[in-house]
Amino acid sequence: MTTTAGPEVTATVSTVERLEAMWEEPPGLGSWLGTVDHKRIGLRYFYTGMAFFVAGGVESLLIRTQLAGPDLDVLGPEGFNQLFSMHGITMMFLFAMPVLSGFGNYFVPLMIGARDMAFPRLNAFGYWVLLAAGIFLYSSFLVGRAPNDGWFNYVPLSGEAFTPGINIDYYAVGLIFLGISSTGGAINFIVTILKLRAPGMIVSRIPIFVWGELAMALQIVFALPALTLVSVLLILDRKFDFHFFDADAGGDPLLWQHLFWVFGHPEVYIVALPGFGIASAIIPTWVRRPIVGYTYIVIGELSVALIGFGVWVHHMFTVGLPNITLGFISLASFVVAIPSSIQVFAWLATLVAGRPVLRTPLLFVLGFIFIFVIGGVTGVMFAAIPFDQAVHDSYFVVAHLHYVLVGSAVFPIFAAIYHWGPKMTGRLLDERWGKVSFWLMFVGFNLAFFPQHLLGLFGMPRRIYTYDKGLGWDAYNLASTLGAFMLAVGILVTIVNWYRSRTRGAPAGNDPWRGETLEWYASSPPAHYNFVTIPTVRAREPMWDQPELVDGAQSPEDGGRPLTDGHVTLSTSMLDARPQAIVHMPHASVWPFLLSAALLVLAFAVLLDNWALAVATVVASVGALMGWYWPRGRTQET
Amino acid sequence: MTTVHDPVLGETGLPGELLPQRYGGPRAFGWWGMVWLIGTEATLFALLIASYFYLRFRNGPTWPPDGIATPGLVLPLIMTAILWSSSIPVHMAHVGIRAGDVGRLKAGLAAGFVLGAVFLVMTVAVEWPEKLDEFGPTTNAYGSLFFTITGFHGAHVLAGLLFSLWTQARAWQGAFDESRHLTVENFTMYWHFVDVVWAFVLATIYLSPSL
Repeated sequence: MTTTAGPEVTATVSTVERLEAMWEEPPGLGSWLGTVDHKRIGLRYFYTGMAFFVAGGVESLLIRTQLAGPDLDVLGPEGFNQLFSMHGITMMFLFAMPVLSGFGNYFVPLMIGARDMAFPRLNAFGYWVLLAAGIFLYSSFLVGRAPNDGWFNYVPLSGEAFTPGINIDYYAVGLIFLGISSTGGAINFIVTILKLRAPGMIVSRIPIFVWGELAMALQIVFALPALTLVSVLLILDRKFDFHFFDADAGGDPLLWQHLFWVFGHPEVYIVALPGFGIASAIIPTWVRRPIVGYTYIVIGELSVALIGFGVWVHHMFTVGLPNITLGFISLASFVVAIPSSIQVFAWLATLVAGRPVLRTPLLFVLGFIFIFVIGGVTGVMFAAIPFDQAVHDSYFVVAHLHYVLVGSAVFPIFAAIYHWGPKMTGRLLDERWGKVSFWLMFVGFNLAFFPQHLLGLFGMPRRIYTYDKGLGWDAYNLASTLGAFMLAVGILVTIVNWYRSRTRGAPAGNDPWRGETLEWYASSPPAHYNFVTIPTVRAREPMWDQPELVDGAQSPEDGGRPLTDGHVTLSTSMLDARPQAIVHMPHASVWPFLLSAALLVLAFAVLLDNWALAVATVVASVGALMGWYWPRGRTQET
Repeated sequence: MTTVHDPVLGETGLPGELLPQRYGGPRAFGWWGMVWLIGTEATLFALLIASYFYLRFRNGPTWPPDGIATPGLVLPLIMTAILWSSSIPVHMAHVGIRAGDVGRLKAGLAAGFVLGAVFLVMTVAVEWPEKLDEFGPTTNAYGSLFFTITGFHGAHVLAGLLFSLWTQARAWQGAFDESRHLTVENFTMYWHFVDVVWAFVLATIYLSPSL
């Protein structure tokens, strides 16, 4: 095809104009409530999750202040119970999952070369439901009735007889509510990753971060129903005198533990797998070479996701199950360490084989590897049943779970903030403050949680609100509290750094780190339509191996497709990513917001036993669903 | 169940490349959305049924406990016949619209709706009152399981009926033809799923106590 230079330039300008007209969301309240742009939604997930991170952090500082020395009375037992329960619930459900989904929302479409998620309105709905569920759960503090039986909320303690008030109802209703959000989000991720990859992004070229989000989404689809079900059964027991957990009437409290951990153990990996993916996304850029063992890492991620469903009983080694059961679960718990370690060795090999550039993103990844390996080693110790039984319910467990979860979620998230923040805001974060933040967080974290291993071995049980003098625990607890505050200061430094850099940071440009995946093909922050042309991918590291990928505008000669004929994106086949169809994407809509608002009222109605209102909101929700799907203009999928 | 829809082609911007803009079956996002929704819902039912057997085997040899009679099979089997037969007209409706026959679509959906509604009414108005004379959900764990599992399934039938009403309304508006009927495909899939789940509910609640 022969074209002269002149008309081509004009063509490009008109392409951009047409895309702008098609994809821009006009300012105003309707657009603010109705946006379906995955980048705006991703940022909202991120900011909301970080706000809850601060809330959960303040809760943990109050807890650590209460425990700083023996016989303190800062909180009292009831306040302590509410705060440690809400700390766990917040960090798992309102911080880690939303922020990791937020990065997924923002970067999965960019990394696979799509213009949006497969279900943009479901995406918006997932965010609004998350926000509503967060508001719902935190409203419990206003009446002084926050959930107070811990994040795994064992019956019979959490039954009507032992915890009468509405504390536990907040927990059960809130978690059902959150389940709607994460299940919808997970289905969206799966379909997006299967059907929306740029042409040429065959299965073996999918970025590992995207694999991590896919593994997380698959786990959510099959693990969340257990949490939803167990919460429904608890509400039925508490509010309607059913007997699922009532041993006197043929029920069994252990049913709670089984169902909860069928969800709860995969939940650990739901939080960890995207973190692993972040590490695998960041390391190659900062050591200037492709990741070592791509295939093994992907198989490792998927195996962890699968084996993660077979180890729930290792939370129950002391409840008196038959030895044969314990044996199998112990074996599975040892086995799950193998695919996790394969990933660690692949990261280490990449680091050794490349030329590491020790800037903040890589520092946080190294911190993650260090902390996660310690948490992983204590995890393997738990797989040994006698050891588990000896330290069960002690601070050793608290130390372990914080090493695993802070290691695999918080440090990768902070690595991602420094690595991807410039893409999201268009500005670089300050490098010096980034390093300060890292060292404060790294030292603070280890100071806070390493002594807790020892406290556990000395016999300090978890979840006690105070302890006596003279047990030899004082110095370790004080160190732990000091470490917690140091960690908090480190986190604060990054928050301030982010806030200042948003306006004052150096402009980032499209590709400040010379990254290897397609998010660096877009501008910073990306245009509404992400890319001028949807690229054709010919390599696993397209930005390194395809020099024509610049400014989001691979030319049609090189396989870039502008797709200016409507509000459309390209759908491809599942394995070999051949172009299959042009998909018309939905426009902004306030119905997802209205539906989530109706569900929020429903949650309060159930909480307060107002069944007439509950029925009314169910009807309103069906109405909102009809509004959502009401045909207007040109709808593609009918 | 691949559906070949008539392609309405659109330009991608690559010289000479035209791709379909209308499609159904596994090419459509919505189809996949329904597949995964069914996946997560099926997990929910699997866990409910696992809970049933867990509590049953923790209860000892007498099941149902506390002198509750083993459930009779006549009524549930009649209900089963009614529910399962509803899948036939629904399938015919789907086949009909694939051939562009809106009349068969409307008739099939309506017949499926009636059979599903009869099943639901029989559950709530005949089967439950009969059981409630003997035991209720608050009698013991067996009662809780019985009413929760049949209630969960009934709620899914109700959701299916609402989905059917929506699909029928859209059919009467003339929204579907042989090349655009993803809603019909998704409704069909969901309805068959609810029928398949009933096989497990029937086997668990009604057949297993007799074993």
